[in-house]
Amino acid sequence: MIELPTLESLNVVVTLPALALVLGAIVLLLVDVFLPERRRWITGWLALIGVLVSLGITLLTTDRTGEAFGGMFVADSFTAFLNVVVLITAAVGILIAMDYLRRTDMNRSEYYFLLLFSTGGMMFMGAANDLIVIFVALELLSIPLYVMSGFRRPETRSEESALKYFLLGAFSSGFLVYGIALIYGATGSTHLPAVWAAVSAIVEGGSSAVYLVLLGAGLIVVALGFKVAAVPFHMWTPDVYEGAPTPVTAFMSVGAKAGGFAALLRVLVIGLPSLIVAEQTAAAWVDALALIAALTMILGNFAAIMQTNLKRMLAYSSIAHAGYILMAVAAAGHPAVANQGVQAALMYLLTYAFTNLGAFGIIIAVERNDGSGVSLDDLRGFSRQRPWLALLMAFFMLSLTGIPLTAGFVGKWYVFWASINAGQVVLAVIGVLTSVVGAFYYVRVIVRMFLEEGSADLAQPRLPRTLRAGLIVAGLGTLIFGVLPFLAADMTTGIQIALAALGGG
Amino acid sequence: MNLNEWAFVGIFLAIAGILPAVPILLGWLLGPRKPNPIKTDTYECGIETVGDTWVQFKVQYYIFALVFVIFDVEMLFLFPWAVAYQRLDLFAFVAMTIFILLLTIDLFILWRKGALEWT
Repeated sequence: MIELPTLESLNVVVTLPALALVLGAIVLLLVDVFLPERRRWITGWLALIGVLVSLGITLLTTDRTGEAFGGMFVADSFTAFLNVVVLITAAVGILIAMDYLRRTDMNRSEYYFLLLFSTGGMMFMGAANDLIVIFVALELLSIPLYVMSGFRRPETRSEESALKYFLLGAFSSGFLVYGIALIYGATGSTHLPAVWAAVSAIVEGGSSAVYLVLLGAGLIVVALGFKVAAVPFHMWTPDVYEGAPTPVTAFMSVGAKAGGFAALLRVLVIGLPSLIVAEQTAAAWVDALALIAALTMILGNFAAIMQTNLKRMLAYSSIAHAGYILMAVAAAGHPAVANQGVQAALMYLLTYAFTNLGAFGIIIAVERNDGSGVSLDDLRGFSRQRPWLALLMAFFMLSLTGIPLTAGFVGKWYVFWASINAGQVVLAVIGVLTSVVGAFYYVRVIVRMFLEEGSADLAQPRLPRTLRAGLIVAGLGTLIFGVLPFLAADMTTGIQIALAALGGG
Repeated sequence: MNLNEWAFVGIFLAIAGILPAVPILLGWLLGPRKPNPIKTDTYECGIETVGDTWVQFKVQYYIFALVFVIFDVEMLFLFPWAVAYQRLDLFAFVAMTIFILLLTIDLFILWRKGALEWT
């Protein structure tokens, strides 16, 4: 008799939020082929309903934890938190895209279900408890994004960005599979808690298999480094972010990052925290991550100064922000601050999601139908024409800088706090100094809008309702978590349970 | 976990290299060599091409190829499943039903979108 799980042991209930979303996407596909051309606008709203239903299920089932599909999936507070982040990202991503797609003649309903499938991939990533699931979820996350970045099809820049993203993404998937294979070879399992137990035994026994694990962990860090745009692997980011349609860039810059960091945290903090070599107190991957984080923060921030295109500037800024999150991930490798590090990374992802979506939302508002009008100089005199939009943009820029009373400050504060507790003082100092560098180009946007004369030639006479709703959600999120940081602190304190249960923390 | 187990991989690689190398080497050592222009010509299925080889193919070929791959993979999963069917329980049945259902939806959407029409 072949050993197979029974239907009862699947415990499908705990994966319900993600399953609901994927089912919603399939239903959307079916509905779409029956809709006549003039009713196509419905698909966007149906997708939004799907996301909200999934968000509702997530919020209602936060206390329902456990494993599903024979331990391949795990639902804990980490999963729930990440689900909330990516679902909000998806909802805002749909809202800011609706009008843009219509006016730039890209209103194909594929956009919405590709976005839903990609979001599903991110949710599975947060729930992954097995290296194979991480691989499948990463592909589910990435493949729709490759298609979406080429959405402005006849235009070569968009096609170039899709092809570049696809080739490098496929390349990084190769790294990931190779890394998984090596770890499987050394430990005999792809199940993360089993990997943790096997690695602990290998390290204590002084077996030479530890080199296989080290190599495997390195390859996985490289692969996920591609996805989150960390520095030696960031080359694709500016071109892809610039060429892709702006709503796709907004969704991609936040969602793919959330998914990538979820996988990184799952693999490193749950699977490999006991990979301690050469009499050190922290896991072996900490030094590598700290170096990558430092390079990412420095290069991202300095390269962003040079940019004259807003989308390119935000691309480099998103590289820089990946560096700050990596700092928190590195901190999580120290056994005593593992929980703090994970909390800080998640907190940063949440605040970054709101702020960055908002900033891209404003770019969508100023962008012309042919994709121009997004250079820094186009913002001259913006505050005269659209005082409220300019104020909101200034607010998002201050939040990206990390000024107090914005969400960005809370995120940065958590990250620096975790980093200093982990004893990474040098890294924290680099973080603070590069934040100051970052302030230069973020404040430059504000100066262009408010202090310089000019006539920003606006694409639309008035802001469409859906875009306005998206901007309000992003703005409120940035404001609420900035002014009431204890709200966010309450949300993240529960996350330690999931990690402590494994004995890794 | 002993690293010596990996020696088999090394031996396998060595044999994989030697096996094709030996006949080529033997042919080069023992074979007579009388070259003429026709013999040294590049081998291309015997027939010379008519016209330019760099023609563009219809994009429909790619869509058909993709659809073919989808159902090819379905076969790949169905055969072992069918062979072991007697020894499987309800779980395997439900899993395969879901899989086939999803593929049916695929085919349905392809048909509705007109991907199966050759125009």
